[in-house]
Amino acid sequence: MIEVDNLSKSYSGTRAIDGISFRVEKGEILGFLGPNGAGKTTTMRILSGFMPATSGTARVAGFDVFTHPLEVKRRIGYLPEHPPLYHEMRVRDFLTFVARIKGVDSQQREARVQEAMELCSVTEVAGTLIGHLSKGYQQRVGLAQAILHHPEVLILDEPTIGLDPKQIIEVRNLIKGFAGTHTVILSTHILPEVGMTCQRVVIINKGKLVAVDTPGNLTSRLAKGNKVFLEAEGAPSGFRERLERIPGVAQLQVSESNGRIQCYVDCLPAADVRKELASAVVGGGWGLLEMRIVSLSLEEIFLQLTTEEQIS
Amino acid sequence: MKNTWAIFQREMRSYFVSPVAYVVLTIFFFLAGLFFYEILARIVEQTTLSSLQSGRFGGPQPVNVPALVARSFFGVLSTILLFMIPMMTMGLLAEEKKRGTIELLLTSPLTNAQLVLGKFFASLGLGLIMILVTGLMTGVMFAFGDPDLSPILSGYLGLVLYLGSLLSLGLFISSLTENQIVAAVITFGVILLLWIVDIAAGSAGTSVKEVLSYLSVIQHLEDFTKGVVDLPGVVFYLSFTAVGLFLTHRSIESLRWRG
Repeated sequence: MIEVDNLSKSYSGTRAIDGISFRVEKGEILGFLGPNGAGKTTTMRILSGFMPATSGTARVAGFDVFTHPLEVKRRIGYLPEHPPLYHEMRVRDFLTFVARIKGVDSQQREARVQEAMELCSVTEVAGTLIGHLSKGYQQRVGLAQAILHHPEVLILDEPTIGLDPKQIIEVRNLIKGFAGTHTVILSTHILPEVGMTCQRVVIINKGKLVAVDTPGNLTSRLAKGNKVFLEAEGAPSGFRERLERIPGVAQLQVSESNGRIQCYVDCLPAADVRKELASAVVGGGWGLLEMRIVSLSLEEIFLQLTTEEQIS
Repeated sequence: MKNTWAIFQREMRSYFVSPVAYVVLTIFFFLAGLFFYEILARIVEQTTLSSLQSGRFGGPQPVNVPALVARSFFGVLSTILLFMIPMMTMGLLAEEKKRGTIELLLTSPLTNAQLVLGKFFASLGLGLIMILVTGLMTGVMFAFGDPDLSPILSGYLGLVLYLGSLLSLGLFISSLTENQIVAAVITFGVILLLWIVDIAAGSAGTSVKEVLSYLSVIQHLEDFTKGVVDLPGVVFYLSFTAVGLFLTHRSIESLRWRG
């Protein structure tokens, strides 16, 4: 549905994005991840037809965004970083105006506006001036504006910014509901959001593509072996020595507080030593309180990827 | 066409929910009314005086009072409009850029031409409302006298053409900045410059004078108020407007490249 090939964009000499390529299949939700200034917004602006790329091509639904901008614009809904709202208009009037310029038939217009307002739960403020709304409502009006003409592709630049936790969950559920019928690209720097809503993740840093994969694969690929956390009761003497003898254990990190031993065990790749760990602890006379696998969070993956990039 | 209409309607509504339209209309009517009264009183006084004198010294000199009033009145209207136009155009595109709504417009299936025309016609629409209400004042002359219709109609035509050309200039300047005040000040400055060209033409040599007076936006209007719809004037105003709209179109196009 979306094909991006070797896309680059320079602003007066500096490269905002540099040779990015990725593909998004129909009905897929793609997360666009990167620190501030990584080039997320630039990429989205190019895809939405707002600005042309310096080199490379981007195609949406088979149409090149540069040579067939109107065809592309008919098929996308775009929510920029700052929702584009006329503060002196009322919500319903604004959405009706957007429906007109997006080319929604006059017979369908009212129904589409109503539907979008209900989906984004802004119906109760339909008659309020947009300038008088809170940031959260404005963000949702921005979202309503992006979806009301039933676009095949949705491009959402930080859609949950400025919302309260309850609204964030609502918006995430709304976006998840688009899976299968709409193709969605959403950018964010809130990492758990990607894990919760997206089927695939594109990580970019300093304008370059760092990784493209599913959130699950990224986690397991980058986790170099498992990490296990243990908590036990008893005297710490001899604890380390006992566990070190277990084959498959690479490294230990032991600390003690309030008469309890906390221990992080780094295992060799493909080794599951939990059974051995448990029997060693119990066999040595310690009381095993807790044991769990520590999975690498997206934050850690993200840091790992973006710092590796900096070193090279 | 539909898109142009949608842009036009939104812009018109935004004029009338903000104070802009009311301030512009109020000041315009107040000044226009005041000047109309002044002109009428002065010309009536002069003609009465001169007819008294001609009665005493013989040789009557008939004066066409309504035509004289209309000519002066159109001249004054064009001057007041010079001050109003920057206010009418300053926000048209500058505000869209500042608010980020330009991003909505440029990612919607609209052509730049539809956008530019919608904006232009909205400002012209507000201008037409202003001009239409001055009909109250010219109407006074029809109620109490018997003026020639043709110079008044051609005067109005000239005024509309004149307004269109300066509005397209203001629209272009509004596309260059994000700041409404900057747009208004530059527009006002450029309009004053065009006005001064007219004064400079008066003191220049013959060939320079011809060029300068052709360039003067005021000079052509004077011909219209004399009851002459002259082709060079029509061509001048329409091409001025076309150039203004074309430059606005290019300027919006370049927004995408500058990012």
